[in-house]
Parts: sequence; structure tokens; C-alpha cells
Amino acid sequence: MPHSHPTGSVGIVTPSTQRFTDPLILANGDVLEEYDLVYETYGTLNQSASNAVLICHALSGHHHAAGKHSPDDRKPGWWDNYIGPGKAIDTDRFFVVSLNNLGGCHGSTGPVSINPKTGKAWGATFPRLRVRDWVHSQAKLADHLGIDTWAAVIGGSLGGMQAMRWSLEYPDRLRHCAVIASAMKLSAQNIAFNETARQAIMSDPDFHDGDYLEFDTYPKHGLSIARMIGHITYLSGDGMGEKFGRELRKGNFNLGERDLVEFEIESYLRYQGERFSGTFDANTYILMTRALDYFDLSREYGNDPSQAFAQSKCKFLVLSFSSDWRFSPQRSKEIVDALIAARKPVTYAEIESSHGHDAFLVPNARYHDVFSRYMQQITI
Amino acid sequence: MRIDLDVISQWVTPSSRVLDLACGDGTLLSRLASDKSVFGYGLEIDSNHISDCISKGVNVIEHNLDTDSLDTFGDASFDTVIMTQALQTMRYPDKVLEEMLRIGKECIVTFPNFGHWKARIYLALNGRMPVSDILPYEWYDTPNIHFCTFKDFEFLCKQRGITVKHRQVVTENSIDKTGAKFLPNFFGETAIYHLS
Repeated sequence: MPHSHPTGSVGIVTPSTQRFTDPLILANGDVLEEYDLVYETYGTLNQSASNAVLICHALSGHHHAAGKHSPDDRKPGWWDNYIGPGKAIDTDRFFVVSLNNLGGCHGSTGPVSINPKTGKAWGATFPRLRVRDWVHSQAKLADHLGIDTWAAVIGGSLGGMQAMRWSLEYPDRLRHCAVIASAMKLSAQNIAFNETARQAIMSDPDFHDGDYLEFDTYPKHGLSIARMIGHITYLSGDGMGEKFGRELRKGNFNLGERDLVEFEIESYLRYQGERFSGTFDANTYILMTRALDYFDLSREYGNDPSQAFAQSKCKFLVLSFSSDWRFSPQRSKEIVDALIAARKPVTYAEIESSHGHDAFLVPNARYHDVFSRYMQQITI
Repeated sequence: MRIDLDVISQWVTPSSRVLDLACGDGTLLSRLASDKSVFGYGLEIDSNHISDCISKGVNVIEHNLDTDSLDTFGDASFDTVIMTQALQTMRYPDKVLEEMLRIGKECIVTFPNFGHWKARIYLALNGRMPVSDILPYEWYDTPNIHFCTFKDFEFLCKQRGITVKHRQVVTENSIDKTGAKFLPNFFGETAIYHLS
């Protein structure tokens, strides 16, 4: 029932940039001497700073999660369906913070930023970040904003991994953790898709081992293919069938017809790849997919997820989507099982949807109902 | 039909861990949490019930007891496993009961008595499957696919070596109340069993 989806908007928003000069020690041993984080906020922080919610973005996400930057913007932020007045993450109640993660390409320090030591763009030399590095930098942002404890840390997909890591690294700094369409670690199949996408980028002659900026080129073609591969895995077979079927974009199969026949799905995927590769940095894509691959919640806890979650002190909401095969409901159930084994509070729902992994972004009546109810019962 | 919650509550140890299978709208778990500081989870399949649980702050897990296994729940990992008015809707009630006794140190089960005199008379006189205010379904659309009487249930317990610690018979009116003292399987409408 998408027509019943609430339509409230946070309106026009303006991003802020915060420079951090305290060195950030990264998981791989590198040190980021200084860095910028660009972020947006929606709603108002209350007196006791008890109503703050952190949004962690996924692979291709960024700080612009809700509202518009200008009235002429064609589309609102990436999670506008669920953030706004009267929406699941109700900005009439919550103060929402959404940032662009380190290593990103939307304003926070990343491969396209200048490395102060060399005076040149970091490019491929930008440190290989892990999910916990983002969590630590997000904690610095929380300090800066005067937020001691988040009412909730929320994320879908790669964002869910950050939310879970928050619950282990800073157990006293969040009261609720919402993990949507995520997993405690990627499967071999998932890593395989990511590697194929990376190879598409790296085999583009314009990639130049990641130093394409120096050559004043851009591996647009490779990044475009990487996105096409990713996009296939974000949709479900049924969803794709419903939307495109075998509809033809051009040409026909009449006898004697020599001209190229093109399916709608081909043109759609190419458009997605084209659009994405025009706005996203290839090195960031490689960095983000590697962070996804490297993530393993319980690696340092004897590979026992319940030992990992034993660190946490918050309540959990775990959501999955029936047709999501990239982060299947089974992966979410593993999270739930581990939380139960660790004797932690958890609520779980599997939402019926034909939208595959993308379902976490798409309007869905039950998803909205469950998500809203969970957020509403959070005390602030 | 909420009289059984008081009885169940009596049998649950304060500050214990409870798993409620087919927890419905979460009323029991929410009450056990507020009255007895119980930490619990509810498993539920109905999306409206799940929503109600979430609003009550009950830890609810979407789960289909007929098709999803309970393997991931450790042996004796809960103090009490509860199932109220749902055993008769299970595809494999005996298997669910076995799992409950594996996961819980104790179990509490309640179900409607198909041996109640109204059901017996209905079938005897009308020759049709009983339909009443407590059992309002026709045979073809009823979720209650495995009806039993108190005797049937106790026979199963005996067969499987399940100990009945307590049994409380719930009745709605005074005739049943008096009768149930002598003939519980004839006058009792609902039974609450405390098992181990």
C-alpha cells in the first residue's frame, strides 16, 4: 500500500562539514592525522540529548538521507521514505544524524581528498578502512555534537554492520540498534560478486592502478559495469521479471529483421551504471566493497557471534526481506539466534517484498508499520 | 479467556527467563515483565500480533512453528517455555511439546478441552463438528487442527515420560465449576498444565 505511505518531509536541508584534528588510529595500523566528516541533521536535539539517532549508510550511500538540498532537486535523500515527520524515524521526536563515511566521495575525507603529506589526491593509497574505523569516526562526530548516548543507531546492509559494531565497541553509547537487511559476515558468493565488480573497475584501462586522477582520466566504464553487477544482486529475480519481463526497448524478432534487438532490462541496467559512474568515485567503490568483505562481527570473539554480542547492552531490532538473496532472511536469523544465545533483547520481523535487497529503501506498509512501532516505543 | 494468565503467572519464577511460543499480542510476556521482572522472548507468526508485541516493547521473533526449527535454542536455555491456546493449531503438537521440554526447564501449556460436555452433546445430538462461542470455527476453516481432551493430553504425557507438576482446570460458569471438581474432562473448558 505505497499510497498510504506518510509523505512528511524534513524540507530543505544543508550539509555541514566538521574537521577533526585528533588523529584517528585505523584498524590496519595506519593513522589518519586529520579528516573531514560531512553530515546532515534532521529534527531537534532535546535538552538532555537523549533523542539522537545515527544513520549508517550502505555501500553507495552518503550523508544526504532525507529532504532536499534545493526545491529543484529531482529526488530527496536516499532514505526519505523512512526519515521525516510522521515517518518511521520520526523527526518530530528524534534528532537524526546522517554522515558520509570516511573513504566516501561525497565530502568526507576519502580517496578523492588531498593527502596533506603528498599534496596529491590519496587515490588508491587511501587507507583500507574497516567497518570499525567508521564506527570510531562516528563516535568522534557524536562527541562533537554533544551526544553521549544514541537513542538508536540504525543501518541497512553495510550500515547494519556498522550498527552492530557500534553495539560491541561502544556498548554504553547506544540504547537501541536497528539492523536491517544485513549480516554478521558476507558469504563467499557475496565476496565473489564484490570481487567481480572490483575487477570490472580495475581492468578498465583508465583505472591506472587507482591513480586515474593523476592521469586526468576516470574508469567510468569499469565503474559502470561494477554498478550493473551490483544492481542485479540488489533486485530479486521475480522483481526484475515483474518490472521488465522480456519487454523490448527496441527492435523486434520479425523474420528478416536484422537490426539489434534490445531488452528493457539491458537499457535499465546501462542507465543505472551510467548514472552511478558519473557521481561515484571508483576507489571509494573498491574501498567500500572491501570493507564489506572484511567485516566479520565475531572474528575477534573466537568466531562465536554470541560471545561478540555478549559485549552489547542495547536492544536490537532485526529486519529482513523475503526476496533479498544478497542479504537473505537466513543471515538475519543468524543475528537473531546469536542475540538470543547471548541473552540480549531482540525483535525480528521478515518483511514480505519482491524488491530484493533494495527493499530496505522502498515504501512498504508492513516494513513501515514494524519500524515505526519499534521507534515509537523507544523512550527519549 | 484471560483467566489463565493469572494461573500461569503464579507458576513463573520472578526474574526468570521465559520463552512464549505463539505469544499472540504479547499480553502475557508484557505482564510477566512488569509484574515479575521476567526476561522473555515471544515467537509469533501473525503480523498484526507481531506489531502489537513491538508496541508493548515485547521481544518478538517472527517464526513459523510448523516449518521453522527450534534447533538454535539451547537445551534448558529457558526457565519456562509457555504455549497458551496454540498447541491444537500446531501441525506436529507432540514434536513441539518435546522441543518445549528440551528448551525449558519447565513448560506451561494451555489448550481448550474438546471433551467438554457442550462439545460432546453437540456432536452427539447434531452429528456435526462442534461450533460454539469458544470454538467458533467450521471444520474446514478452523486453525485448530489437532484437538484433544484432557485425557488425550495426559495419555501423551504418560507415553512420553512427561511429568505433570500441576494441572488447573478453567471453567466459565458455576455448573462447570462444580462439575469440574469431579469430572474435569467433562466440565473443564480449558486446562493449564505445568510440565517438566
